[in-house]
Amino acid sequence: MNFLNLEPVRLLLYLVGICGFVGFNAAYLVLAERKIAGRVQRRPGPNEAGVGGWMQPFADVGKLFAKQVMIPPGVDVLLYCAAPLMVMAPPLICLVTVPFGEALVARNINLGLLLVFSLGSINVMALLFGGWASRNKYAVISAARVVSQNVAYEIPMLLVVITILMATGTMDLNEIIRQQAGGFWNWNILKGVWTLTNPLMPVTFVIFFICMLAETNRAPFDMAEAESELVAGAFTEYGGMGFGVFFMAEYTNIVLGCSLATVLFFGGWQSPIGVLSGPIWGPVWFLVKLYALIFMVIWVRWTFPRTQFYGLLNLSWKILIPISLFTLLLSGALITLTRVL
Amino acid sequence: MSPKATVREVLGGFWSLLVGMRITLGQFLKPIITVQYPHQTLKVPPRFRGHIELVLDPETGLSRCTACKLCERACPSESIAVDGAKLEGQKTKSVTDYRLNFTTCSLCGSCVEVCPFDAIQFSKAYNVVSYRREQFSQMDLVAQLEAKKQQWHRPAPPPAASPAPAPAAADGPLPAEGKAS
Repeated sequence: MNFLNLEPVRLLLYLVGICGFVGFNAAYLVLAERKIAGRVQRRPGPNEAGVGGWMQPFADVGKLFAKQVMIPPGVDVLLYCAAPLMVMAPPLICLVTVPFGEALVARNINLGLLLVFSLGSINVMALLFGGWASRNKYAVISAARVVSQNVAYEIPMLLVVITILMATGTMDLNEIIRQQAGGFWNWNILKGVWTLTNPLMPVTFVIFFICMLAETNRAPFDMAEAESELVAGAFTEYGGMGFGVFFMAEYTNIVLGCSLATVLFFGGWQSPIGVLSGPIWGPVWFLVKLYALIFMVIWVRWTFPRTQFYGLLNLSWKILIPISLFTLLLSGALITLTRVL
Repeated sequence: MSPKATVREVLGGFWSLLVGMRITLGQFLKPIITVQYPHQTLKVPPRFRGHIELVLDPETGLSRCTACKLCERACPSESIAVDGAKLEGQKTKSVTDYRLNFTTCSLCGSCVEVCPFDAIQFSKAYNVVSYRREQFSQMDLVAQLEAKKQQWHRPAPPPAASPAPAPAAADGPLPAEGKAS
């Protein structure tokens, strides 16, 4: 076991493991998305490549690789080429801190949550760079939208996270999970309700979920892509694998966002009924919760049409921020009260 | 807006979102209703108008056409050219060459209506494809009839949403290469 604690070995395992996990997810979540979209619309989705379409991701990736990577004339080459890298790197780094199991975490940083949220915003900057550097009016509009959207949704998201932090008292993701041991009633989403430290915790989760959709630019908040109004938004001038990387990053961000939701609200690798825990079952529970949330993200996408931009900003500034401020205040007051009493 | 109305709007809006999600989940759990076209086909409706074809008389195993050329005259777009000859031991003429220009045919059905022997009908062919223009500008209906005779003992057309029949090209046999050139 000492061998596994060697720094280069850990690094190598992290790189291979995370890249494999991310690659697998990006490839097969696209397929899952198309399959679920199909089922919602009463059609089977891709089913020609392999049995049930399981080889579709290979066909898609093969197609993207076969395409020429073209740099259009007049673009800002450096930013244009940097944007796909910048959009992909932050979620990869953030996954360092995500505990898939009690011991299955690349590096347990005691400020893990802070790391995730500080790096998470770089995603927006990458879209801004990509949109700006493309020298395309649609891309610029999209970039401007992404920035105002993310500024608007970062606030309620962070307020929600502060609410959680007041209850947990730590930014160590593994420690947050350990506090939720014992069963599903001890998960943060329900714990605050019956301990009366924050009876509005389910509302907090809904706000977190909505903000996560907005931060990852998912429908109904996919202002960045908005294919029916802005061609492909910030990705208009990208083709081949450059575009493919943006796509992968979107799904990686979803995986990261849902992992965070799992950790913060649903007890991460904790078993929901208190049995079947341990180093083997922990990751299983984590993945079950993770994919259930990802299913919800896809489900939401195929239910709601894209919001208008004003509606999007109104939702954040007029509804989500006041509610999350109120839950923050309530939670703070109740926690102080329980301590005093 | 009064605070009460705002609260009601927020809660009502959220409720409507949940209703929408319940509906899509319901659809998600229901079975698929699309027909997987190349693998499955729908039954062609009986009044479907494909290109015209010669009727094979089940009694004689030949065409009923006597090359009277009424269809040729009835055709508003001059898309039909019929040729006939008197064969040995027959009282009437029989068709030897029936050419349909399907590129100008408007499927009006005048030819089918005017035919006194019910010798032509609309086919059910909807997936006729070719790389050559001649297959449509000079459709050889006599040759198609001959090909149909070869398939005489094949089973009946499949019912709705069942495995597809042989590929499309089999529907209308091409005019022989030699004839076209």
